[in-house]
Amino acid sequence: MISLKRSLRRSEPYVAGAILLLSILIQVRSGQFFTGNNLVDLARSMVVPALFSIGAMMVIVSGGIDVSFPAIASLAMYITDRVLLSSNYSGPVILAYAMAAGLGLVMGAINGILIAGFRLPTMVVTLGTSSLFIGFMQGVLAASETPVPPSMLAHGKEKLFSAYNAQLGLSSDMPAQILILLGALVLVFLILRYTMLGRGIYAIGGDETSAQRTGFNVAKIKMFIYCFTGALAGVTGVVRASMMMNAHPTNLLGMEMTVIAAVVLGGTRVSGGVGTLTGTTLGVALLTILSNSLILIGIPTFWSRVFTGAVIVVGTGVTAWQAISRQRRVAARRTA
Amino acid sequence: MAKSNLSLKNAARQSAPGDRNVFRLFVMLVLVFVLMMALRPSIFLRPANFNSMMRQLPEYGIMAIGISLAMMTGGIDLAVVGTANLSAIAAAKFLIAVAPRGTPNEQVAPMLIVAVLIALATGLACGALSGTLVSKLGIPAILATLGTQQLFTGIAIVITEGRPQSKLPLLFSQIGNFEFFDFFPLSFVLFCLVALAVGIMLERSKFGLEVYMLGTNSKAARYAGLNNAGILFRTYVVSGFLSSISGLIMMARANSAKADYGAAYTMQCVLVAILGGVDPNGGFGKIGGVVLAVFILQILSTGLNMFENVSNFYRDIIWGGALILVLLSNWYLARRKERMALARKTA
Amino acid sequence: MSEIFLRASNIHKSFGGVEALSGVDLEIRKGEIHCLAGENGCGKSTLIKIISGVYKPDSGSVEIDGRIFKHVGTTDAIAKGIQVIYQDFSIFPNLSVMENLALNMELMAKRKLMNYRRARAIASEAIAKIGFDVDLDERVENLSIAERQLIAICRALLHDAKLIIMDEPTTALTKKEVKALFAVIKKLQADGLSILFVSHKLDEVFEISERYTIFRNGRNVTSGNTAELDDRKFAFYMTGREFSEESYRPTSLGDQALAISNLSLRGAYEDVSFVLRKGEILGITGLLGSGRSELVQSIFGIYKPDSGTIEVGGVPAKIRNVKSAIKKGIGYVPADRLTEGLFLPQTIKRNIVISKLDKLSSAFGFLREKKIGDEVRAWISDLSIATKNPSLPVQTLSGGNQQKVVLARWLANDLSVLILNGPTVGVDIGSKYDIHGLLRTLASKGIGVIIISDDLPEILACASRILVMRGGRIVRELLPEATTAEQLGEISTGVA
Repeated sequence: MISLKRSLRRSEPYVAGAILLLSILIQVRSGQFFTGNNLVDLARSMVVPALFSIGAMMVIVSGGIDVSFPAIASLAMYITDRVLLSSNYSGPVILAYAMAAGLGLVMGAINGILIAGFRLPTMVVTLGTSSLFIGFMQGVLAASETPVPPSMLAHGKEKLFSAYNAQLGLSSDMPAQILILLGALVLVFLILRYTMLGRGIYAIGGDETSAQRTGFNVAKIKMFIYCFTGALAGVTGVVRASMMMNAHPTNLLGMEMTVIAAVVLGGTRVSGGVGTLTGTTLGVALLTILSNSLILIGIPTFWSRVFTGAVIVVGTGVTAWQAISRQRRVAARRTA
Repeated sequence: MAKSNLSLKNAARQSAPGDRNVFRLFVMLVLVFVLMMALRPSIFLRPANFNSMMRQLPEYGIMAIGISLAMMTGGIDLAVVGTANLSAIAAAKFLIAVAPRGTPNEQVAPMLIVAVLIALATGLACGALSGTLVSKLGIPAILATLGTQQLFTGIAIVITEGRPQSKLPLLFSQIGNFEFFDFFPLSFVLFCLVALAVGIMLERSKFGLEVYMLGTNSKAARYAGLNNAGILFRTYVVSGFLSSISGLIMMARANSAKADYGAAYTMQCVLVAILGGVDPNGGFGKIGGVVLAVFILQILSTGLNMFENVSNFYRDIIWGGALILVLLSNWYLARRKERMALARKTA
Repeated sequence: MSEIFLRASNIHKSFGGVEALSGVDLEIRKGEIHCLAGENGCGKSTLIKIISGVYKPDSGSVEIDGRIFKHVGTTDAIAKGIQVIYQDFSIFPNLSVMENLALNMELMAKRKLMNYRRARAIASEAIAKIGFDVDLDERVENLSIAERQLIAICRALLHDAKLIIMDEPTTALTKKEVKALFAVIKKLQADGLSILFVSHKLDEVFEISERYTIFRNGRNVTSGNTAELDDRKFAFYMTGREFSEESYRPTSLGDQALAISNLSLRGAYEDVSFVLRKGEILGITGLLGSGRSELVQSIFGIYKPDSGTIEVGGVPAKIRNVKSAIKKGIGYVPADRLTEGLFLPQTIKRNIVISKLDKLSSAFGFLREKKIGDEVRAWISDLSIATKNPSLPVQTLSGGNQQKVVLARWLANDLSVLILNGPTVGVDIGSKYDIHGLLRTLASKGIGVIIISDDLPEILACASRILVMRGGRIVRELLPEATTAEQLGEISTGVA
């Protein structure tokens, strides 16, 4: 009974319910939602935003907000791509990932030094570094659309399986990159739940001073968060370029806000301290279905922004309302 | 300019932190100006150069003022660009419908007035929606306006089916690109008027003081009898209104309206506001500072254009770099101040 | 039992040339409850931080359980069994009770991985120590302040604490919760622990502690047995000034300032009626949760009552929100000055005029700077607010002067009724007497004053009439001269 009440206070069941309703609606209207190829398409579109959302969630849980991950991903991916191309690299793709992760880590470390070292506000810092990274990519490197090296091209074509829809005559490939997403989810889940470092991320988001007094090394934990999410963004950049089979320097930019919206929809508290990977992934799934599958029920794609906006407004409105009623509950208990 | 003079006088009298910041920005502006003059006097000092700077800055400058206002209440308005585009599209749709290209000017003129009113009304309505979400429902501003930005852009895409709205009557861009004394663009004059009006509103009116106080401590504001929800609501309405003016300026400059025009402006405007000394936590900031930040950045980015072999994208580096430098210098100054306060106590 | 557990001798500490401690001593015996008292800024917190290893003293030594330290390290302090419970309890509202209890132990053990089974064992052990019954999986943000404090105490006990230092532990507690806390403290004492209880509330010092030490301006003033202390001595030691207060008698009662009839708000208070006359100081007391705060906040327009009427100056008044309450001449000084009363980083000037802007601006909403300046100057001199420049942030003022700024804000509004919720919380004793004097002056000028306070001696000293609330109703009306603090406390808790 208590645990049922407690789970109703969380947002995951509501987001899952919304996804279920939406998919049933689309299924009933089109008969095409629960088909292999549609589900595979959805999974494909989710890979990149879901990878981003993992990092964004870690930062928000720690009480910050990061808007620089698309810039880090683009720059790390672009440098990696250019270096591998110009050296005619033809070895395994793992080097591309390692390089991009390393570059992302360095850029994340810049965020980390400014945020953990100088205690500057996170959103403003990452806005600034984001601008720096983009400027560096487009100004100094004069980035433009570039092909990817053969190893990334081959990697982009790797598929786990194909789903064929006989009715429409369409087939969709499940990209191998989804394994990277699953790996990242498992890794971050283990870090967040079973390491003191992970509990420290939640502790900082709950109360930084208390965390310091309890014995957490706050600066070190923050440094870890920004380095790790930077590296993860770098990897995401390579995932994206591989899946697109070309290195486009700018088409990730502007994604930060929808990713953050998905994270918050999934129940992550903007003020920090609360958030789960399940919720985050559900949030990404909801927004992805909205922008991908509406076409199945005859709603033209250009409506997707309207629905995304409406879902963010309603979703965050519900969360805000929950927060207010939680305060009331505590107040009521105190008066009682 | 009258505004910054005022602020300078204040700086001498009471030297509040905001005024000191405005003074610092003013020094920065002079330095940047002198630098550009020294590096490329032949190009920089050409009247055409000033003219083109004055044409470019109002578009984002006016929206930056709107975002600054929202930031002073402790929120943010990420929907400015969506509001600007939706307003412009509403006006454009109307104009194209009632006065397609070729309609005689005397018939277009009254329709232009209606179109402008439609744009402004759209801006007000957009601001009212964001304002309601923030003030009545208590959604954190960053999320509420993130949602409305998507929503407004989405609506703009739906009503235009994603196509740019051109074929506007020529009279619109003729008026929109009018230059006083063949030098001061109408858009720049509008920017100055907006800055002056908002500056006066913040510094001299009851509403302005209430904005600062609410931004400092909303709970104390409630106990002091301020109408918090009303103040927040009005702030976002003003921001929406300013965005629609920006939308009209963009429409006149590009001679068309498009749902995804100026997507990069949101972040630039936040940068401008913070460079201009607006406290993202609310309660502090001066329009004088924001205006100076707009001028500084415009001179810097125009300056870059004067070097043929330097890409325009260096502008991003300069903006990001300037922002981080300002943060670090604020950090340094705050530390020095702390030390000095300690030293004073000893004395 | 006179074995010394901790002896700090001749401790000096200065910050950037400012002496915070100029050679203080403190002695705590094993198994005693010792009270450390003093005004804000007297050096109490600095000494606590030196004992617990946060600061390094410039000179002097600390002897703990027979071992002498020149500088106590944080780990030394914990190893020697010293635990500090800060006012904010250092807890994580977003984490479970279990994690709040166990995380520190796990970090101390330098563990890198989180083992939930071990954490649960640690947490169960911790709450068992004081017999605290709580759901280990509940998020701490869903608990009451008192429960959070017990968690902080349990956590301290996990470290084999021998001395627990509590920094003003009762500030946010209701009377009932304070009683429960004192029971826990007594139990700890019975188990042989020493307690250093930091407080400036006299009644609590009397009730709980056996010995006391008082600091002033970084020096020892006195220490001794609590039994030998009384009100006047306590105030004198704390401030170095003599105070005398007689209870307030209005010379003549004026017309009705405020009349409340059958006011009810479900879940808060029920069927409350009273009349406040001009020139009167009405004290309302009762436990936190007795409905007293909600009642006065309803009069001020924060809450909307379900039924009943309010009359101001004999005229029925519809109070829809704070603004309309202010228009009717009602002012309210909130309980928490720092978060509810003041705009800390804003100027003194703005803080004074903020609620009077309607009258200080023109028809078009422009501020009348000259009028504002005059108004501010007048109030600064009237209330003798100690500042050179009203354009300085209000946070540069001392607690007492800050409270005067809040008062000035309301007095500027031609008040007929002034309500103060905890008028002198966090104000040092000197300013406290100043504020009491000010309230008497205001009342004698014909304002109806209502004060709500947990500080029963304060109510007895200031009020000319006292209402006691319990369970949302007014249960008794008393006159201060015929009442003692004990009686008041008993009526509030329902013992009598």
